[in-house]
Amino acid sequence: MTVFAFAFYLFAISAVVAALMVVVARNPVHSVLWLILTFLSASGLFVLMGAEFVAMLLMIVYVGAVAVLFLFVVMMLDVDFARLKGEMARYMPLGLLIGVVILMQVGIVVGAWQPSDAAAGLRVAVTPDGIPNTEALGLLIYDRYIVLFQLAGLVLLVAMIGAIVLTLRHRKDIKRQNVLQQMWRDPAKALELHDVKPGQGL
Amino acid sequence: MTSVDFPAVLPEVVLALYAMVALMVAVYTGKDRMAGLVTWATVAVLLAIAAWIGLSGSGDVSAFGGLIQSDAFSRFAKVTVLLGGASVLAMGYGWLKRHNINRFEYPLLVALSIVGMMVMVSAGDLMTLYMGLELQSLALYVLASFRRDSVISTEAGLKYFVLGSLSSGILLYGASLVYGFAGTTNFAGILSTIEGGHATVGVLFGIVFILVGLGFKVSAVPFHMWTPDVYEGSPTPVTAFFATAPKVAAMALIARVTNDAFGNARADWTQVIAFLSVLSMFLGAVGGIAQRDLKRLMAYSSISHMGFAMLGLAAGTAEGVQSMLIYMAIYVTMNVGTFAFILAMERDGKPVSDIPSLNLYAKSEPLKALAVLILMFSLAGVPPMLGFFAKFAVLKAAVDAQMGWLAVLGVIASVIGAFYYLRIVYYMYFGQEGAVLTTRMTASQWLMLVASAAVMVLGVINLFGIEGAATAAADVLVR
Repeated sequence: MTVFAFAFYLFAISAVVAALMVVVARNPVHSVLWLILTFLSASGLFVLMGAEFVAMLLMIVYVGAVAVLFLFVVMMLDVDFARLKGEMARYMPLGLLIGVVILMQVGIVVGAWQPSDAAAGLRVAVTPDGIPNTEALGLLIYDRYIVLFQLAGLVLLVAMIGAIVLTLRHRKDIKRQNVLQQMWRDPAKALELHDVKPGQGL
Repeated sequence: MTSVDFPAVLPEVVLALYAMVALMVAVYTGKDRMAGLVTWATVAVLLAIAAWIGLSGSGDVSAFGGLIQSDAFSRFAKVTVLLGGASVLAMGYGWLKRHNINRFEYPLLVALSIVGMMVMVSAGDLMTLYMGLELQSLALYVLASFRRDSVISTEAGLKYFVLGSLSSGILLYGASLVYGFAGTTNFAGILSTIEGGHATVGVLFGIVFILVGLGFKVSAVPFHMWTPDVYEGSPTPVTAFFATAPKVAAMALIARVTNDAFGNARADWTQVIAFLSVLSMFLGAVGGIAQRDLKRLMAYSSISHMGFAMLGLAAGTAEGVQSMLIYMAIYVTMNVGTFAFILAMERDGKPVSDIPSLNLYAKSEPLKALAVLILMFSLAGVPPMLGFFAKFAVLKAAVDAQMGWLAVLGVIASVIGAFYYLRIVYYMYFGQEGAVLTTRMTASQWLMLVASAAVMVLGVINLFGIEGAATAAADVLVR
């Protein structure tokens, strides 16, 4: 067994096992930690395929940002996981049945899998020779697939508008700080000096 | 990017830029006080772009390395989508204003979702298909829960979102299977890899998964369960929008992906579509019988109509695609009219949508009742109205494609469905005395109701010439 094959099996097995643990772990925080391990294994697999840029992205964006965000959300959410699990048990038989059927179907697909003869020739994003893969990705995203990239931007814009539309409330019954108003106040009007004699009030 | 690429997406770019500019202008000036202005500006822009696409375009352009296909088919679908969207916006404004939710984001979300639909109908690649679909759906999820103070509207949005994401996931899985087989996501590339008129097991699964995902978007049975709840829960102008433009876009997308990418495995996918079609026609017809709410009824009605439109696709011929396009254009017109009426329905100042409230409506408002009668007859497919010719076209396409049994089932379903449309007419003309229904209509609602009823009668003469455009569109797709 070469080092390459060894590394592949190591990452592949840990990815699958960690993914399984995400689902079966009792504590949701543990689930998120297992999810981080899944991401790490996947990024290892990317390195093996020569896609080091994607691997680093996965590490920085998913592990560094998304998963940590998940962790916070899970810790902060007041969700009764035991009750959710109880609900799940009710639908378990049906879910298992559907799962088994789909698994069998996937088995059929994989068993009879045979790519088209022309498939290799039709590939668009073949790993390029001679240029680093950050540059290759840039060429794909910003040149060849510029339309899709811009559309993705529009999707994010819609998501942003949606979040604001559905959640932003302008409350009228609270006091807000108006910095400019504070700075522009005329000290002469704001301040009044009184000479208070001892023993007397104002 | 070459010089032919950019003009192919220019209408989409203009619409997207308009939405962004209008968003900024409204945010920095009057916010929701600008809602009226933004709404009418959006209507004007949509109409202008529809006219631009309809009048200028000719020829067949494949842009961005096959990502975008701009041809007669996409032009037909785009014009239908734009006109449908513009009329729904125009007639919905009065309702939103009356219920105090006329926010300026509403027309802009509609505009952005129409950008998504325009991309969908001109997709030439599985990736473009997905991006367009997501852009459209995401805006629709937000619109469904637009009335955020109402629990039922929020529920509608959430339900739509969860089930919609599931269907998108299924669609992506199918796309990945197809990609794994063909080595490309480009429709033309996929077409070239499928040989001998039959798909291998992997591609077959891919096709089925993609059709499941798209079937959800057009609410084809058995992926229809969200439709009645979402239609009922969403604010009525949004329901009107759901029932028109997105249906055309998704149906056109199904036609495009099946013919452009899987045109060499015709025998495989026509079976699937025929199956969805028969189930939709029957469930839509039977499920509507028990409904007491007009919005839910329209949900079942749309399920049934989608079944008929798919009957045209199931034929797998150019004639079938042409009849589907005509069917969708007529369907949109009928729905615009019907929803213009539903938007105006009120009792004691509160919006109502239950069917018994229509009791003896014809006595107080004979003209509007007549318009609704014409629309209901047309929806049911009663002969002198345009709806009959729509159904006739798809049935003829099915018969010509040696699918007579499908046509027979279609006729049976249409007879069952006629019951609930005629019941509405019965209530309006021969119902019992009861609380009076008032319909204060804005000018645009009145115009849409009367105009679409008039179209249903006058269109019989020559279908307003859309037949030629639909034929040209279908010929591009089915070669």
